[in-house]
Amino acid sequence: MQAGSKKSSQTLPLESAHVVELANISKSFPGVIANRDISLQVARATIHAIVGENGAGKSTLMKILYGLHQPDSGTIAINGEITQFKSPSEAIAAGIGMVHQHFMLADNLTVLENIILGYEPTKYGVLSLGNARKRVKELATSIGVDLDLDLPISELGVGQRQRVEILKVLFRGAEILVLDEPTAVLVPQEVDELFTNLRKLVANGTTILFISHKLDEVLSISDQITVIRQGSTVATVSPKMVDRLKLAELMVGSDLPSHGKRTTLVGEKIQLSTNNLTVIGKNRKNPVENVSFKIFESEIVGIAGVDGNGQFELCEALLGLVDIEGTVEIGGKDASKLSIRERLNQGLAYIPFDRHREGLMLAASLWENSLLGHETSLSRGPMIDFDAAKKSCKEIIDRFGVMTPNELVPAFVLSGGNQQKLVVGRNLATAPKVLIAAHPTRGIDVGAQAAVWEEIRRSRDAGMSVLLVSADLEEVLGLSDRILVMFDGEISAELDPKSATPQILGKYMTGTQ
Amino acid sequence: MNQQLTTQRNFDSMRKSLNTLGSSVSAIILALSICAVLLLVTGKDPFAAYSKILETGLTGEKLLEMLKRATPLIFSAIAVAIGFKMNLFNIGVEGQYLFAALVAAEMATHVSLPRPLHILFILVVAMVAGAAWASIAAFLKIARGVNEVISTIMLNYIALSFIQWLFESFFRDDSDGGLNVKTTKIAPSGRMPDLVHDRLNGMFIVALVVAFLYWIVVFRSRFGFRLRASGLNPIAARTAGIPANRMVLIALMLSGAVAGLIAMPAVIGDVYGYGPSAIATQFGFAGISVALLGRNHPIGIVGAALLFGFLDSTSAVLQLSGIPSSIVKVIQAIIVLVVVIVNEASSRRYNRRTAERAAADLKSQEVQS
Repeated sequence: MQAGSKKSSQTLPLESAHVVELANISKSFPGVIANRDISLQVARATIHAIVGENGAGKSTLMKILYGLHQPDSGTIAINGEITQFKSPSEAIAAGIGMVHQHFMLADNLTVLENIILGYEPTKYGVLSLGNARKRVKELATSIGVDLDLDLPISELGVGQRQRVEILKVLFRGAEILVLDEPTAVLVPQEVDELFTNLRKLVANGTTILFISHKLDEVLSISDQITVIRQGSTVATVSPKMVDRLKLAELMVGSDLPSHGKRTTLVGEKIQLSTNNLTVIGKNRKNPVENVSFKIFESEIVGIAGVDGNGQFELCEALLGLVDIEGTVEIGGKDASKLSIRERLNQGLAYIPFDRHREGLMLAASLWENSLLGHETSLSRGPMIDFDAAKKSCKEIIDRFGVMTPNELVPAFVLSGGNQQKLVVGRNLATAPKVLIAAHPTRGIDVGAQAAVWEEIRRSRDAGMSVLLVSADLEEVLGLSDRILVMFDGEISAELDPKSATPQILGKYMTGTQ
Repeated sequence: MNQQLTTQRNFDSMRKSLNTLGSSVSAIILALSICAVLLLVTGKDPFAAYSKILETGLTGEKLLEMLKRATPLIFSAIAVAIGFKMNLFNIGVEGQYLFAALVAAEMATHVSLPRPLHILFILVVAMVAGAAWASIAAFLKIARGVNEVISTIMLNYIALSFIQWLFESFFRDDSDGGLNVKTTKIAPSGRMPDLVHDRLNGMFIVALVVAFLYWIVVFRSRFGFRLRASGLNPIAARTAGIPANRMVLIALMLSGAVAGLIAMPAVIGDVYGYGPSAIATQFGFAGISVALLGRNHPIGIVGAALLFGFLDSTSAVLQLSGIPSSIVKVIQAIIVLVVVIVNEASSRRYNRRTAERAAADLKSQEVQS
């Protein structure tokens, strides 16, 4: 709008104030959260941020815009014209460029070669680098990037590589730039440099879609912010009208379930405890620093925190996957030296962060998946007891309401929510003493979420202790009996969920208190 | 309702088997057609060649030869398949079995035992030797993260030179005279009895037993489940408490142990010793093809080994009738290539159909309830 008169827009119809307009986009497929009815309007020559938690559906949406997925319904309009992208090359032709979170550069080629790769200008079939060099130089100068075009990529730092990626898409004629979590890999100074370049780009008439979950950065760089939660757009706001806490609230939702319903009491026996637990960081800061806590029988302790503040490493340490300093005790006995299997045998169970990576064998049948980790009890002598394994899987399917034709189908045919119910079921079915539940409801629909919460509550009432790791404040406040906040590898606060609010939590989670 | 479900399931598993069989058979037919084109291009009559293969291959004598030639292939393919099941690519079967052959042949002459025990002793020594050689690659992988593909290939070269040095320096026995030098001849008590005189020895039965044990251990036992789980998703397996390093060590040693048996049909059934020119090489690599063709399943492996054995058995006769015998190797190679491609395509289609069917089943369940 305000930039509508700037250069590079003369050829376009004037009525299209919005460069990108997504209307009622829906997309569903098994295993990943759906996009439901997403609408989004991006004004020309602005930086439009899209924020949301991991798994909220940001990536799916961008893949649709980039032609990697086709929406089930809804329309995409570029410069006011409704289009359909069957592949990324069509999106590129329409002026959309994507800078992926993971760089796609050839290490042994030079900066220039990488930038022109796939779009090499030729003369009589022979590469004509001269012209390309001139154009790349101009592009670089126009956004204030200073790069030696003849250096091999392997000699560049992360920030410079990202600049190469940006030049690459600009060289292909991109006028709409999609940046997927561009600051995730950068140190603060590099972030500042990047932002300077981005502002110049916008001044030149480029439109930028900026995907992130780092709220400070989003607030400082964007002209508009669209928040996505569980696959739907929640709101589009101006950064001037919101602060970080308000944005966090929009991101994770603030409709809290009632949590006064608990009828049983927290027990007195300590089931899981750590004492000055530290996970040693290789070539970096220790990801977990001096963490001490106790969890009693029949108690759910929630760990709230923004992703990447040491929660993952804490879980790995409790399981015995990494080297630690300090101690871990399970059921009152020192478990610091025990192997994973020995800890599991002590009554520990683990719902992993990422069900595909750490939880499931997607190509194997459901009963083989529910057997994983329980081979010992479902065996007869050294042989697997197939009947018992299948029967146990059927019980999990029934009890946890896994929607599946039978227990013989491979795990990849289930939807994400049903896969998660299977993983949760596998861990709760054997009545463990201690459950570590990492994002137990991430990326699953509301119905499945309620079912998983109900099962965790029921097991807690039966005496199980739970360490609940979640970035979803609704979940942490609704389920926990006690809340610990983790920030930068340390426990920054211990709170009572009855008096805590998302605002208070947010302050501790972002280290502002 | 229950009855209906069971029928449905039987149908499902039958569908899968048919799918596998169908894709393998069509791959073989496709491969034969490609070879026919190759033969035509080189000016030979493909029908004459194929009818010659069938004609000579289907005589009793040649069928026995087929079984004999299939025997080492079964061992080799199972050795490779054990690795495959855990996503480990043991290309070192070649070195493992040749090393085992020399060690077992030499050790056999240093003990005197009654017949069944002597044979058993030799087989056990061969398996231990094969496992020991394979364990080098396993230790390198566990301790230093060396990719087993690289280390096993390199260890093949080391094995060949090492064996040659050991043989020439210590175990060579020239008392027999002639050019065909060997280790000291194994006493009669250590020789495997023939099933059919001079045509097929008892190692064929051992191969079938090993194939059966492979099925039991890998597909039915708890250890096998852990092995397959580590192959299907190593991170999930580790998170579920399956010790990754130990599984690598055991899987590679088991693979090496079975590899140790590959040369035994010759060592204790034919040659009664080890000699550089008396023990055939290349079985380690042929085993990779057979395992691929047999999809790492025991029945598939035995079937594929028999097919390869059948084709091999006809090569001498082809040569005599003016058709290059190497066409047999070409057919084998093309079959494997085609099978790998067809399998990949058909399993993708199968996966997609399974997903669609599951979704449809769910819909109909929803409608009912």
